[in-house]
Amino acid sequence: MKSNQITLTFSSIAENVSIARLLIASIGGQLDLSLNDIEELKVAVSEAVSNAIIHGYQSVPNNIVYLDLEIADDTLIIVVKDEGCGISNVEQAMQPAYSTDPERMGLGFVFMQSFMDELQVESKLEVGTTVTMKKRFKQTPISSH
Amino acid sequence: MNLEKKIERLTLLLRIDGELDMHTASDLRQAIDSEIEKRGIRTVILNLQDVQFVDSSGLGVILGRYKKLLPLGGKLKITNVPPHIYKIMELSGLPKIISFYIDEAHAYEEGRGA
Repeated sequence: MKSNQITLTFSSIAENVSIARLLIASIGGQLDLSLNDIEELKVAVSEAVSNAIIHGYQSVPNNIVYLDLEIADDTLIIVVKDEGCGISNVEQAMQPAYSTDPERMGLGFVFMQSFMDELQVESKLEVGTTVTMKKRFKQTPISSH
Repeated sequence: MNLEKKIERLTLLLRIDGELDMHTASDLRQAIDSEIEKRGIRTVILNLQDVQFVDSSGLGVILGRYKKLLPLGGKLKITNVPPHIYKIMELSGLPKIISFYIDEAHAYEEGRGA
């Protein structure tokens, strides 16, 4: 697989979450991933981008979310970054059922963790949060002609 | 997301078509809550046959409606869940709390005449 890199920057509005999902679904298709894998990637990206908008930027619309996709060898690396308020206690935020809002399930990080091979969260108060997710895939065999 | 609404006595049936994420979740919440408040709806049946995507924002709204109906003596029922949507719901533990039915008829049947 040829290496590839795509960066998408977009306003922190709810409508853009589906655009982020479309992009990851297209990349998944290019990598010949199974429909199930693509579905899981869509959920993971949706959770990370939703967190950036809802928590990072407290749903304030005029901010920028960065989605960075990189394919290197057999790994798809997804980075979702915001320059929002940051998370004071990352370990606590990643606990299942932890949520600051009773209407939310606190499952965002659980889904990201379940569906990706690696998940890393870096956050600094008043600076922002960067979520790095990695998914390894099988290389498509090189055709014989 | 498109919502097809059917009201029969105190039962609201919603057929949901589209993606359930943070963008559409608030529309769904409003659609259900306004019927609970205005008409005194006590049973909500969600038909998810045409739902293409769900994440924790969508699941949160479903769980939130269940929690809202519970103290009112109401019920939330889910029908026609596509397999890939069910997988996400299962991981969230939702099927342990909320009743799932294969179709609308079964959801209407259960609890009727009680």
